Amino acid sequence: MLTYIIRRLLGMVPTLFIVSVLTFIIIQLPPGDFLTTLSTQAASAGASMDEGAVEALRRQYGLDQPMYVQYLTWIAGWPRGDFGYSLAWKTPVADLIMNQLGFTLLLSVLALALTWLIAIPIGIYSATHQYSWGDVALTFLGFLGLSVPDFMLALVYLFIGAFIFNASVGGAMSQGMESAAWGVPKILDVANHILWPTLILGAAGTAQLIRIMRGNLLEILGQQYITTARAKGLRESIVVNKYAVRVAINPLISVMGMQLPNLISSATILGIILSLPTIGPLFYNALLSQDIYLAGTILIMISFLLMVGNLLADIALAWADPRIRYE
Amino acid sequence: MSTTLHPLPWSYPDDPELEAAEEDVLSPEDEKRYARTQLQLMWLRLLRNRAALVGGTIILVLYLLSIFAGFVAPYDADQRFDAALYTPPQPVYLLDDGRVYPHVLGLKSVVDRETLRRTYEPDPYTKIPLQFFVKGTPYNLFGFIPLNTHLFGVPDHPEMGVFLLGTDRQGRDQFSRLLIGSQISLSIGLVGVCLSLVIGSVMGVASGYYGGWIDDLMQRVIEIIRSFPAIPLWMALAASFPPHWPPLQVYFAISVVLSLISWTWLARQLRGKVLSIREDEYVLATQLAGGSDARVIFKHLIPAVTSHIVVIATLAVPNMILAETLLTFLGIGIRPPLVSWGTLLQEAQNIQTLAHFPWLLMPVVPIALAVLAFNFLGDGLRDATDPYSMV
Repeated sequence: MLTYIIRRLLGMVPTLFIVSVLTFIIIQLPPGDFLTTLSTQAASAGASMDEGAVEALRRQYGLDQPMYVQYLTWIAGWPRGDFGYSLAWKTPVADLIMNQLGFTLLLSVLALALTWLIAIPIGIYSATHQYSWGDVALTFLGFLGLSVPDFMLALVYLFIGAFIFNASVGGAMSQGMESAAWGVPKILDVANHILWPTLILGAAGTAQLIRIMRGNLLEILGQQYITTARAKGLRESIVVNKYAVRVAINPLISVMGMQLPNLISSATILGIILSLPTIGPLFYNALLSQDIYLAGTILIMISFLLMVGNLLADIALAWADPRIRYE
Repeated sequence: MSTTLHPLPWSYPDDPELEAAEEDVLSPEDEKRYARTQLQLMWLRLLRNRAALVGGTIILVLYLLSIFAGFVAPYDADQRFDAALYTPPQPVYLLDDGRVYPHVLGLKSVVDRETLRRTYEPDPYTKIPLQFFVKGTPYNLFGFIPLNTHLFGVPDHPEMGVFLLGTDRQGRDQFSRLLIGSQISLSIGLVGVCLSLVIGSVMGVASGYYGGWIDDLMQRVIEIIRSFPAIPLWMALAASFPPHWPPLQVYFAISVVLSLISWTWLARQLRGKVLSIREDEYVLATQLAGGSDARVIFKHLIPAVTSHIVVIATLAVPNMILAETLLTFLGIGIRPPLVSWGTLLQEAQNIQTLAHFPWLLMPVVPIALAVLAFNFLGDGLRDATDPYSMV
């Protein structure tokens, strides 16, 4: 098992390298560079930037160097934890992104946990009450959750929150709470603000898990060892919970590996719409202003999280299912 | 022991049905049933799935509306009504005093004394009759037939219009914009899916059939593409389109970007399918008979996986529609003067606007409807592609 994990971790290094090269190329695709964007903005604001000053800045930031030199200088700093310098924020990238990345991860993991907490009991209910009204209603709700994408759910949530409840929606906390010291009221306020985004984020995944859980459990409940368990007089609750559910959950663990990347992706978008401090708003603005190192670092970081998520899911699967051997 | 044998009803020797069964001859109905082609079986299985039928019908209606959008929409996408900014949706009344008289109510503007905001209220005394097949703004049906007849309109009140779903900030009719926007939103899914179908089928079939280094290379490429997060990658690519590109070029560039990731799903699934079919006897027989690789691939493998391709394509369309909507909503997708459902949602971005003018959220409905319909149809198709399985 340990050798498997180490081998997977080592295998991630070349992939990450190629991802970083591709990312750098993609980020450099737009014509011009950060300073062109800056001077266009200055020009549209009525001011103008001195050509000489622009050239000096370009030299200072190393933007006049050939692309591969820029890439190598940038990537050389990575092992030291130096991800380059954000041109727009005039701060090292590392200082900018850590909090936001943390929040993105927190939101995604919370959504994942919530997804499982909601989906598994509902899936069990649906399978044990197949074709009942509850099952039909839940299946339909599941389809709805799968079809309405989270950014539209977020818009509907904003609308309901602002229009019907007249509540403060959007942001990670109420206005005026930012400066308050951390304490029970502040924690409650934050929890109140991220509960709904978490639910919205988890909606699609929950719907998907319910369907898989229901299908798996139905298939397993028809197997012979279940009949045997019933025949020897076990209580139905034990048959379902101990015999069937345990086996039915295994495939869900491999689904989890696919869900985490989606969640991280969606958390990015949700941040932009609900003005949550996820990595989304920062990434979006960096893309628009051609803040290459910031945008590039964020894209690589998200890819990295994605790979780690997949690895964790594989490990969890091996741990939960003794029939799986990794050699 | 002389007992008379009473012939039982099912043992009459002259029963034609019995004789037929003994001789293993099928009744005409049975014969018809067994002789059905696979395609007929799939179609019958699909017809039994009510959700898939409803989904298919909705898709058909949506695409018909989008093809005839110019005719059904009373106005074009950019027509402004300066006297009717942010008007609420106008319900259509069919009857008036017991006679059929389709009309909408005129609007009178009211200024709120406290907030000084101008709002519109229906005026029960001005009834504007709805007319059908009226002359209006010119448009091109199918893009090349110049026409100016619209399904309905209120030609007698040119300064006011008929706004079934209200108007936006610039007084543009949301109903017309939804219809015209559907042309972009619904077609970009198809264009993108066609692209990823071509790439995905070629790659998937090649890597499954040839194996070896081709397969290895393909798997590595797919792995690398998949290690990028989809939405952030789309955002990065969409943000890189130069601002001077014409809108149509942006439209195609976006469909290329969207298919860049989605072909990998198709390729993976087809590869698995082809891997298992490759071992079948009939493929070996073709090879032994001297059939070329091209013959095996195009004559045997592709037809065998066509149904899977159709299913995967159907399930991929809604994701593309959503991705385009999202990118446009964020301002890095479709550019004006083109209008898509994402453009319409941009109007709903602001909480304040949304709180005062909730009908701007309306575009969510057709988007969700289209996505739901495609999912239902795709699910039904998936069940139908294996018509020999038990239900």
